[in-house]
Amino acid sequence: MPETILKATNLGIAFGGLRAVHGFAIDIKECELVGLIGPNGAGKTTVFNLFTGVYKPTEGTFYLGGHLMNGKKTHEIVAAGIARTFQNIRLFKKMTVMENVLIAFTKDMKSNLLSSILRLGSFWKEEESIRQKALELLAVFNLQDKADWMAGNLPYGQQRKLEIARALATNAKMLLLDEPAAGMNPTETAELLECINTIRKKFSISILLIEHDMSLVMNICERIVVIDYGEIIAQGLPQEISHDPKVIAAYLGE
Amino acid sequence: MDGLTLFIQQIINGLRVGSVYALIALGYTMVYGIIRLINFAHGDFIMVGAYALFFTVPVMIAAGMPPWLSVFAAILVCATTGVLVEKLAYSPVRAKGNKMTALITAIAMALFLENLAQTLFGANPKQVKTIFDLPQVFGVSGNTVLTIILGVVVMIALSLYVKYTKTGQAMRAVSEDKDASLLMGINVNRTITITFAIGSGLAAIASLMYVAQYNQVTNMMGSMLGLKAFVAAVLGGIGIIPGAMLGGLVIGIVESLSKAYIAPLTGGLITSAFSDAIVFSILIVVLLVKPAGILGKNTGEKV
Amino acid sequence: MDNQKVRTKKLLVSLVGVGVLMLAVFIFDSLGMMDNYIRGIFIQSCFAIIMVTSLNLVMGYLGQIALGHAGFMAVGAYTSALVTKAIGLAIKAETMAPISPMLQFFIGILCGALAAALFGLIVGIPALRLRGDYLAIITLGFGEIIRVVIQNLPFAGGKGLASGQAGQALIGIMRMNDIYVIMLVTMVCVGIMIAFVRSKFGRAIMAIRDDDIASSSTGLNTTYYKVLTFVFSAFFAGVAGAIYAHRGLGTLQHSDFTFLKSTEYVIMVVLGGMGSMTGAVVAAITLSVLPEALRAFSEYRMLVYSVMLILVMMFRPTGLFGSYEFSLYQLLTKRRKKAVEPEQTAAKGDN
Repeated sequence: MPETILKATNLGIAFGGLRAVHGFAIDIKECELVGLIGPNGAGKTTVFNLFTGVYKPTEGTFYLGGHLMNGKKTHEIVAAGIARTFQNIRLFKKMTVMENVLIAFTKDMKSNLLSSILRLGSFWKEEESIRQKALELLAVFNLQDKADWMAGNLPYGQQRKLEIARALATNAKMLLLDEPAAGMNPTETAELLECINTIRKKFSISILLIEHDMSLVMNICERIVVIDYGEIIAQGLPQEISHDPKVIAAYLGE
Repeated sequence: MDGLTLFIQQIINGLRVGSVYALIALGYTMVYGIIRLINFAHGDFIMVGAYALFFTVPVMIAAGMPPWLSVFAAILVCATTGVLVEKLAYSPVRAKGNKMTALITAIAMALFLENLAQTLFGANPKQVKTIFDLPQVFGVSGNTVLTIILGVVVMIALSLYVKYTKTGQAMRAVSEDKDASLLMGINVNRTITITFAIGSGLAAIASLMYVAQYNQVTNMMGSMLGLKAFVAAVLGGIGIIPGAMLGGLVIGIVESLSKAYIAPLTGGLITSAFSDAIVFSILIVVLLVKPAGILGKNTGEKV
Repeated sequence: MDNQKVRTKKLLVSLVGVGVLMLAVFIFDSLGMMDNYIRGIFIQSCFAIIMVTSLNLVMGYLGQIALGHAGFMAVGAYTSALVTKAIGLAIKAETMAPISPMLQFFIGILCGALAAALFGLIVGIPALRLRGDYLAIITLGFGEIIRVVIQNLPFAGGKGLASGQAGQALIGIMRMNDIYVIMLVTMVCVGIMIAFVRSKFGRAIMAIRDDDIASSSTGLNTTYYKVLTFVFSAFFAGVAGAIYAHRGLGTLQHSDFTFLKSTEYVIMVVLGGMGSMTGAVVAAITLSVLPEALRAFSEYRMLVYSVMLILVMMFRPTGLFGSYEFSLYQLLTKRRKKAVEPEQTAAKGDN
């Protein structure tokens, strides 16, 4: 029986009187790839914002590897092991590709103010080792040759990839991908699909994925959760979901 | 003078200064509401208006007309200055830069106006002739009463204007969402220009009331005045018209009371020279506790 | 990433650069050209450099406008002046063993810098919860409060300490206008700040400048890095204040540290280039020397600055130098890189 990584029970948030997400429950196992789908405005990104501490849940709880995450700040949740990408890419555009990845290592770096300023041997050693690690990670995404590029100058598809690389660099156990294929052409999407599969195996990481591209979701997700109006309306295997009348109704608008 | 009379006197003093702050704060609030920029130069528009009065009041007197009529000249000068500042500096910078560059431009514009005035008119204070010769009302100077009345009238007029006229509605739309307004066929640039013209025109009225009370003009007069008025605008809730009025009066009263009472209350530990620091402390507390200001919740009135 | 050999070379080049600069000043001095007037301008340039580079950390690298930097300078100036004064009095009263004026000065600098850093912490924690124009205005408020409080402290006026009088200029401050010492202090400060920028700390704050939300989603404790940078910056403003206090006039006035003073340093940062240490240094020197060199200009100084500032904002919003960094090493090896990469450009005083 694989270990549970992310577990949410009855999770929800209300903005004033509006319940954006309500009674959300999920149980993601080690190395599992789960899809989160739903019509526009169903609350998918809000779920991500809850899991990453951008919003504080007003009801329910969620655990990462058995540790309660409610009310923790974003950076604490990242340290615990949840990393994410954004629907509208949020790279550090004016920094290099390499630096984008290096930032993610910062939280685990040991050098302090003094050793950094005095340029002690330990400082250089650590800098060299994280750069090596960053290059290895970039190589997985075929970005190693562009390490010195400004992130903002990368082609769109590669920006998406870099964002995933950066999230992985935080050493996460749970990866949340918010519409990774948005705005991509079919070739790029296919490439991304392969990429997601690779990293899942290579890093033995669990992934929760929001996506509109149904072919992508049906292809790679082991399990799918469908939400509408902030509540789960169906969940199960891809083929079950694609035939679920409730899901069809939600998408076609009854 | 007994304690109560002194207290009332201080409140009245506070209302007098506060109503000038309120008039200035209205201008800040209009501009901030629409382009989210602290127009640091707004305080210096007061100075521009004051110089306009300094030059036109003698002309009025010579022509045998009431001196306060020169406020129309001042309004014209201030509104023109405001529109020029927007067109020549703020607008081009806004098109290219970010919030930071816009704010720096505003600071630069304030410095420019202050130093231009110094170059043109010198750094020494200039005396302006008496503008109003009003009788006292219940022991309160006529100037104070007039300033408060003017403040309230302007506030109401502005609120009505923003609520009911087409341009006012456009202002509210632009302040909500510039891009969407553009798509809805609103001439965004024209709306911003009008806002600047009105906001700066108001500065001229504030100049009139300031000069009527203090009879003095210097190139640096707008700097601290403007900052305090800005604090007032934030206190009341920036972008909210009645908020500016409320904030101005509160700041004026706090300032006046702290000048009078802080030294005896603290046994001389804190002297009256602290009143500026107290005004800024209010700003800090408001920003940290309720950044939206006293009337902040009411978003309907946003310009 | 440079290997050990290149790093050693860069260090050598930097040291040689520093040596040549010191030598040039020495020659200038021994030719008898360093009169009191020139010395004054020199010292002014030095504390301006520290002020502008430290403010650049907050404005250029962290990307926030702070309008109260002169307040921290004031804390550093008054603390250091009072400390050196107290030491002087203690030595005179023979309650303390005599120490060299140099040591006295360094103790003063350290105390001033630490006091300024403490104020940086007190101001930074609440202020940095805000952003953009609100942060600008709240730092302005704090700066003015610091100044007004100093104005009202009896021990910070007149003869100071026990015999002080509120509202007066502090007089009888020790003099320390040895240009070599001040030059060295300045270079060490700039070197430390460059090292800060080129470490995980610099990377972190530039990331926060680029995207706050993405930074915390990448594991950065953004509040920590923001406050740290603010405190770090205030520390150096304190050093600059200490140099200013001991520059040779022997007096300090609270009116030396108004909001206008802060604005002046903001102007220097912006003109030089937000995010360029080279630009900060060049702007600090130029704008300190220019008004002295051109007397006629000095009268219209602020007028010209303000127009320049507006023009720069219109046509080159990142400042004249942008994020360009001068590198003596690269100049010598002619190994120019196309990409502007902080790691691969080394300015003087680095490492």
